[in-house]
Amino acid sequence: MSEEPKGREQEAKCDQAAGAGSIPPREDGQASALGRVAPWAITVLAYAVITVLISTRMINPYWQQIIQFALIMAISGLGLNLIYGYTGQFSLGHAAFYGIGAYTSALITKSFPHSGIPMFVLSMFAAVAVVAAVAFLIGMPILRLKSDYLGIATLAFGIIVKVLFDNADRVIPKLGGSRGMLGIPKYTNFTWTFFMALAALLVIRNFVFSSLGRACISIREDEIAAESVGVNTTKYKTLGFVLGCSFAGAAGVLYAHLYSFLHPSNFDFLKSIDVLLIVVLGGLGSMSGTIVAAIGWTFLLEGLRVILPPQILDWRLVIYPLLLIIVMILRPRGLWGGVEFGFLKPSERWTQSSKSTN
Amino acid sequence: MAYFLQQLINGLQLGFVYALIALGYTMVYGIVRLINFAHGDVFMVGAFLGYYGILRFHFPFPVALAFAMIGCAILGISIERIAYKPLRSAPRIASLITAMGVSLFLEYFTSLKFVFGPNYLAYPRPFKLVTYQVGGVSFSTIQIIVFAVAIGLLIVLQYFVQRTKVGMAMRAVSFDKETAGLMGINVNQIISLTFGIGSALAAAGGVLYGVAYPQINPFMGIMPGLKAFVAAVLGGIGSIPGAVLGAVIMGVVETTTSAFVSSTMRDAVAFSILIIVLIVKPTGLLGAKGTEKV
Repeated sequence: MSEEPKGREQEAKCDQAAGAGSIPPREDGQASALGRVAPWAITVLAYAVITVLISTRMINPYWQQIIQFALIMAISGLGLNLIYGYTGQFSLGHAAFYGIGAYTSALITKSFPHSGIPMFVLSMFAAVAVVAAVAFLIGMPILRLKSDYLGIATLAFGIIVKVLFDNADRVIPKLGGSRGMLGIPKYTNFTWTFFMALAALLVIRNFVFSSLGRACISIREDEIAAESVGVNTTKYKTLGFVLGCSFAGAAGVLYAHLYSFLHPSNFDFLKSIDVLLIVVLGGLGSMSGTIVAAIGWTFLLEGLRVILPPQILDWRLVIYPLLLIIVMILRPRGLWGGVEFGFLKPSERWTQSSKSTN
Repeated sequence: MAYFLQQLINGLQLGFVYALIALGYTMVYGIVRLINFAHGDVFMVGAFLGYYGILRFHFPFPVALAFAMIGCAILGISIERIAYKPLRSAPRIASLITAMGVSLFLEYFTSLKFVFGPNYLAYPRPFKLVTYQVGGVSFSTIQIIVFAVAIGLLIVLQYFVQRTKVGMAMRAVSFDKETAGLMGINVNQIISLTFGIGSALAAAGGVLYGVAYPQINPFMGIMPGLKAFVAAVLGGIGSIPGAVLGAVIMGVVETTTSAFVSSTMRDAVAFSILIIVLIVKPTGLLGAKGTEKV
């Protein structure tokens, strides 16, 4: 019960400190009161419905995995959206951090196989800490680069990390190297992925609408202008990057304990592109878009497997890029660009107060 | 020492193939600021066209090379018209994602059974393999042909870009698209031409790659494409001599790392060099220094 007032307080705080650029504020009054309760109701309902469907075996284990994978992609995508969509730093190496998180936690839980969930939680903290440290160390030098050059440097970093995964068994045999890492305990379930995704969403929402987030957005809009009004651009770029990569790391932890098998090819350049696709398709700087796109993308790829007749199943990966090209040509700003669900928007009250202080 | 020289020659051979691909990246980036991820797959299509030219149509080698180059030039121009042109005024990330889409499409469409098929194919060798020994270092006809074709094409390209009127128009468009348009240059035509030339060079690279490393499949373009792109960045993207320099460095680093360190680490070394160069000299070795406008 003590959770509730805190939740409201957070809500109110977020109302005061919001503002993601182009997103229109939500209307106050009754619509807002409804809008405040409805998303939570929908969230609880969605969780309850899917849990019931899983426990009554209406959703078979295969589709359970797909649902969880979609949520994992959403967590990773939210991280990249923070880096690219909100802070404006182009990263093509997201899968590397995802992989570092996955391998770190898998190494820990595999080393202590009988410790159960507490070790899983511990490994998650450890993995996120390692990912954050790596992101900080690599971010410090390369975040000085701009736009495409930053993308290329992160791409190069991603490929180096993949090569290191390939050769990891020479140092730590347990990591398996290019043969893959087997026998990771399966701890991830729907509840874990669902609440991790929800937590990621709330953390990012509150970050984006805080003063830190606004500093990041100002860097995206114009780095030189931001610097000239006293925003410490290096600090906020690094902060956004480290935080975004940490989400990739957490997603990696869930991934490792979902499939119980890791292979370096799960974290190559194309996987970084997959996350980028989700973020851009959803719309840069739109949390709702990332979530809808992550779920839509995963279900499209798997759904095509189901709806296509077997004789043209080879066409699955031909149809998918064609759809991608068509969507990009028709909606170059993403399907959901500039649109947010009600509870992810700043309130009008905040926008007006910020206008008066301008 | 002879072993080192031998590796250097092998590295140059790989480097010149990369150079032919890197030129397409650098020219396209110079003119429309697009990282054309589909370029590596155009290279793959070029290799396959050469394969069919030699095996099915029994073309002599130079005709097969020209066949692949023309085929890919048409492919490159069509890709630009269909996929990139509608997005020219959209955010740049949209065209980048579209480029990824085109890349995936080319890979998976060509691996359908009635197109090229998903399997590895052995590349035919359209000339006799002769090996010459000079002071402990061996040259083969393959290396001579790779060097001759690549250097020949580079000289033609350099002449075309620097000395002809159309080349001047290309430089003008890459310098400032709008002003070039005001000066009476047909910008759309020049962009198409750039894609055409870049794709034709990639096709030549594909045929040479097939001859030198005789195994091809629809996914062969991914890694050489990425490395050629890295080479273009290393040399300074937008600069033609830079692309060649970067590609030669990449090729030599890759073969010498394989020979003296470990073949599994070669990508890590090549990409580490890229990161270091970018940190020290952010616009690449021969790239123009940009000024920040406020």
